[in-house]
Amino acid sequence: MTALLDSIGYSGWVLHTLIWMPILGIGLVLWADEQRAKYVAFWWSAVVLILSLGLWWAFDPTVGGIQMESATPWIKSWGVSYALGIDGISLFMVMLTTFSASISILASFNYIQNRQRPFYALMLMLEAGVVGVFLATDLFLFYVFFELTLVPMYFIVGIWGGARRIYAAIKFFLYTALGSLLMLVGILYLVYRAKTLLGAPTFAYAELLQVPLSGTEQLWLFGAFALAFSVKIPVFPLHTWLPDAHVEAPTSGSVILAAVLLKIGTYGFLRFLLPLFPVAAQHPVVVNTMLVLAVIGIIYTACVAAVQSDAKKLVAYTSVAHMGFVVLGIFALNVNGLQGGLVVMISHGISTGALFLLLGMLSERRHTREIEEFGGIARVAPWFATAFVVTALASIGLPGTSGFVGEFLVLLGAFEDHKGLALTATLGVILSAYYMLPMVQRIFFNPLEKQENREIRDLSKREIVILAPLCALMIWIGWNPTPLLERMEPSVRAVIERVEGATIEARARVEDEVNEGQIVDDGQE
Amino acid sequence: MTIDFSRQLHYVWALLPEIILCVSGMVILVVGVSGRYRHAHMAAGGSIESKSGDDLGWLALLGLLGAAMANAWLYSVTEVGESSMIAVDRFRLFSNWIFLLAAVLGILISFAYVYRQRLQAGEFYALILFATAGMMFMVGARDLIVVFLGLEVMSIAVYTLTAFNRRDRKSAEGGLKYFLLGAFSTGFLLYGIALVYGATGSTNVAVIGEAISNGEASMGLLSPAVALLTIGFAFKVSAIPFHMWTPDVYEGAPAPVTAWMSAAVKAAAFVAFLRVFMVGFDAIYALWYPILWWLAAITMVGANLIALVQTNIKRMLAYSSIAHTGYLLVAIAAANETAAAGMLFYLLVYTLMNMGAFAIVMSVSHHSEERLYIDDYVGFGWSQPLLGVFLTVFLLSLAGFPGTGGFMGKIYLLLGAAESDLWILSVILVLTTVVSYWYYLRVAWVMWMKDPETEGQHNRIIVPFPMRFALLASVGLILYVGIFPSAALEFARTSIEGLGTFGGGLIGQGP
Repeated sequence: MTALLDSIGYSGWVLHTLIWMPILGIGLVLWADEQRAKYVAFWWSAVVLILSLGLWWAFDPTVGGIQMESATPWIKSWGVSYALGIDGISLFMVMLTTFSASISILASFNYIQNRQRPFYALMLMLEAGVVGVFLATDLFLFYVFFELTLVPMYFIVGIWGGARRIYAAIKFFLYTALGSLLMLVGILYLVYRAKTLLGAPTFAYAELLQVPLSGTEQLWLFGAFALAFSVKIPVFPLHTWLPDAHVEAPTSGSVILAAVLLKIGTYGFLRFLLPLFPVAAQHPVVVNTMLVLAVIGIIYTACVAAVQSDAKKLVAYTSVAHMGFVVLGIFALNVNGLQGGLVVMISHGISTGALFLLLGMLSERRHTREIEEFGGIARVAPWFATAFVVTALASIGLPGTSGFVGEFLVLLGAFEDHKGLALTATLGVILSAYYMLPMVQRIFFNPLEKQENREIRDLSKREIVILAPLCALMIWIGWNPTPLLERMEPSVRAVIERVEGATIEARARVEDEVNEGQIVDDGQE
Repeated sequence: MTIDFSRQLHYVWALLPEIILCVSGMVILVVGVSGRYRHAHMAAGGSIESKSGDDLGWLALLGLLGAAMANAWLYSVTEVGESSMIAVDRFRLFSNWIFLLAAVLGILISFAYVYRQRLQAGEFYALILFATAGMMFMVGARDLIVVFLGLEVMSIAVYTLTAFNRRDRKSAEGGLKYFLLGAFSTGFLLYGIALVYGATGSTNVAVIGEAISNGEASMGLLSPAVALLTIGFAFKVSAIPFHMWTPDVYEGAPAPVTAWMSAAVKAAAFVAFLRVFMVGFDAIYALWYPILWWLAAITMVGANLIALVQTNIKRMLAYSSIAHTGYLLVAIAAANETAAAGMLFYLLVYTLMNMGAFAIVMSVSHHSEERLYIDDYVGFGWSQPLLGVFLTVFLLSLAGFPGTGGFMGKIYLLLGAAESDLWILSVILVLTTVVSYWYYLRVAWVMWMKDPETEGQHNRIIVPFPMRFALLASVGLILYVGIFPSAALEFARTSIEGLGTFGGGLIGQGP
């Protein structure tokens, strides 16, 4: 396989293709006629998916840094370049994106009945934007893609969403924009510092890593970046946009939102926040705040989820809880925690995406999402129930499913330094069974009382095609996570080394200063 | 060719674009009162398709083309000798491009409006040309007296244009308000000029700058002079709290005039503001910098908050234009080369996006003054998809979204602010930008996301050919500049070279 990929120069063009193919697809979809648009969009995104699969083999798991790099100057006078690259952290995010984009396009075939062409065009635009976010190694380019993901999502929720769609869309937009614009000021500060140091401004990630920052500067910038990413994740208490957006979004919008858009936040933590501001990231106040917020998020949203009557809202809240685990893992600041966080990201993308798909299929059949309205569906739709139960168990984190691997590693990582918090977070795992299993029971296993529920169809062929790979992945990752872990480990280690290296360096610097008898003031203007 | 300012005749060459505009304005005036145009405004119907007065518009465009050629030619000119009045530098020429662009777009979008409202085409187009010539005088001036003359030529033409639609009460009201407040503010400016002369003994910007930095100026006179000049310019750029006239004038003025003046008048005032303050008052930066800082902050916060509650789209765009004034004031407060170049670039982009948005507003209101409420846009996107997408692009650009020129402009302003360490002002800028997302996106959601109660209310929208051309050009340029900004950025950056000595000793003056 590797030889085949090499022979076509795969790693030279694939990253660009993954961004530009979907953009090209926008034109094709708009050009196609209304009834065919969905097929064009699906097959086009399937081609993108197949192209992205090659990354699995082309990626060199022994390298910790960014690979397949390429950079073309874009705005020379500002030092901006169109620079792409991939590492063990973004590899999975990119594949998750292309995968869930095609899945969710396929899942909207029935759901989206009017204005199909613009819908699929926006989906492809979203795909291009998200892939761009994960591949950009230039902060300007990253920011552009980061913001560009907002527009299509805004319109997808706002046009094809439910009754309160406009409220949800604008809330989503404003929350995210608030954080990201403050991050923009942070980026410009970094660039300005780079300019005073190097003589010319630069937005290149690798060069900005070299900019020495004082402790105070790091804390401020960390705050600006962390706010942007925390809104996106979302970290408690910035999560209130998420249930609204999820509930009002059309199924495919929810899937993309849960599977990849939330991951942009945690990806930003791993790619930018920790490496760029390692001193701030280890500051005890920062670490404790983030960990406590993560744990509160896990427990609180689990409790809120348990009392929801709307199944989609329930799943939306579980997203916040799962992302809390990711943050917990990241701020454990060790290899286990980070790897666990990454696995939770992948697993959550697959399982929550699948849950939203299943609930979408259910509400297409019954036109309601109220848990009370269902009951005993397993008897009339056994395959449906099977898929749902597998997904729900993966979401809870049952051993043997993908959810377990991630949460276990996260807790293992968190346990090293923060035993109390790790123990509290464990409670979240139990709580997740407490909200998820009653829902499964009330929808699928209680007595079959309502007449409408007797007429529910089982999965169609298209739906099986959608769900089978998702369920297979959940179980495969659960039993055999090694291929994933070995690919992410060098990159994760590089992040950890960068963070720990900064401590040693900072300590050495302070010692030097003390020895020379001059403590330099860190205070800003 | 070299321009030798010791020879009187060479001033003609230095002012060639202005002269061409004035001459063609007069030609249009004369043609406008002759023969078949005399009664054109009294013709019945006033339908969109009728063509009377069209050729006067094309004539005006021809004049602008001539001025543009002259402007391009001035790039090849070298200055010899001392000019105390007129600058022939790239800074002026770049600003001229902005005014020419604004005038061309303004005329292109007003064709249908002029016949539909039965405006006197001759006077209308001629006044636009005169005002443009006034703007050019203003930015080419090295002398405060010429600034003042240019400002008056521009302002009087614009007052008239505001009140141009005699049949419309609001137009008359707006014109009168603009005239009274404008005259008042000009008084401040003139008094300021007089005091500067008293303090430094000169009205030449460069001489003023030297006198101040040599410590020859009397600070007792200079401080009130700077304050008065700031007030005078703040009126013209409509900074809060000197903005009171803006919403009424923008709402009352004929729509194409609003579109044009909200871009061009602002640009002229800003460019003159920048030249006077950065070249003339560079040495006393510490004196005026806090005023500009607060002016920028208050303008950004106030305008964006008031814009939130507007229901009339013309008023909403008026407050949005005040908000953009706030962003541009950040550049003046920063007062360094990056900020100056950023301001030029931003003004160029702002002209495109603001006039584009107004052009669509005009077509929705059938080239008249009806259907100006944001709620009238329900269902607009789906019944006119192309116009809907265009308006969305303009709004996203005004909001400063990536992929559009507005984003690059905002980054440029922020980079300028960064160089002078204006971090708090940068944060205010981005936070108010978030606020602005709300009202820009509101139009987007009304037109795309709300379901109309009655179908087909946007079916009769007509976009005449000249306006179609203007729209395509604006959208194309905004996206081009948003995706491939290098050439335009470089152009703006080189236009600052030779403006004067400034930016020295500014770094580190944080809030």
